[in-house]
Amino acid sequence: MHISIAAETVTHFLGLPISNSLVASFLTTIVLVSISYFATKNLKEVPKGIQNVFEMIIESLYNMIQDVTDDRKKTHNFFPVVATIFLFVIVSNWMGLLPGFATIGFYEEVEGGHEVLVSFLRSANSDLNTTIAIAVISVMSTQIMGIAALGFIKYSKKFLNFSSPIAFFIGILEIVSEIAKMISFSFRLFGNIFAGEVLLTVIMTIAPFVAPLPFMAMELFVGFIQALVFAMLTLVFMNMAVMPHEEH
Amino acid sequence: MELTKESLQIVFASATIILGTGIPAFAIGKIASTGLEAIGRNPEAAGDVKSTMILGVAFAEAIAIYALVVALIIKFV
Repeated sequence: MHISIAAETVTHFLGLPISNSLVASFLTTIVLVSISYFATKNLKEVPKGIQNVFEMIIESLYNMIQDVTDDRKKTHNFFPVVATIFLFVIVSNWMGLLPGFATIGFYEEVEGGHEVLVSFLRSANSDLNTTIAIAVISVMSTQIMGIAALGFIKYSKKFLNFSSPIAFFIGILEIVSEIAKMISFSFRLFGNIFAGEVLLTVIMTIAPFVAPLPFMAMELFVGFIQALVFAMLTLVFMNMAVMPHEEH
Repeated sequence: MELTKESLQIVFASATIILGTGIPAFAIGKIASTGLEAIGRNPEAAGDVKSTMILGVAFAEAIAIYALVVALIIKFV
């Protein structure tokens, strides 16, 4: 039983190493794009079939965002990033539970001298690179939304406030807090999904029949909750970023 | 009992996870209880209180996850 925090390299493409979690995130993208292609083919006014299912999903996401922002225009601006983060994270988390992930692979020799199994596919968010990428996108989109809504000077007044020494210190703390948000987002998602993978690996090594089932159910739940938390926190921070700074 | 790298790994990984999940569990209980009390006092604000409570619980949960990640790193790397 071999657990490695870093994703293992599967192959090389034009000199760049391709890891197994990168392959899984490509697969997630392919699944999402093909789903949206089939759901929007021959759009009907009264939806039927697959278009109906996805209208339900999009509508519930839209209502969730509307509940937080209370403003149609803001919902319209926030919806793409927040909904994409939610869909990408939930699809890649749930795909990581399919058979074949972490089980089908090739044997490779490692420094200890013994052989370990390197699988072709590994849950996309169990790699810190993927989660840092999504976290950076989320925090950067928040800054862009704030600048677009308030203007560059007014938005930077939140961080660089020269009116008094205490306000300046608080502004610097805000900058540190934005960096902390990036770290916190990425480690929350990485920790949950990687710990789930480790748990499933350990259980399947000890008792591969029937015993993993409750843990699989918990992983389904955790995958959904983490996607929801990531999207909701992005939404809340975006909402806070476009609020004009109240004068004390 | 020897003082080897493996034994130290076991001891510190377990200490990390014990403290790292006990304290956030207490914090989450406190957040949830305050949230429930607020909903009980003012049922109209239930939607607002609910979202804020989930937000607070997510932050507290993240701390527990940091502890879990560190414990895994200590044990397996």
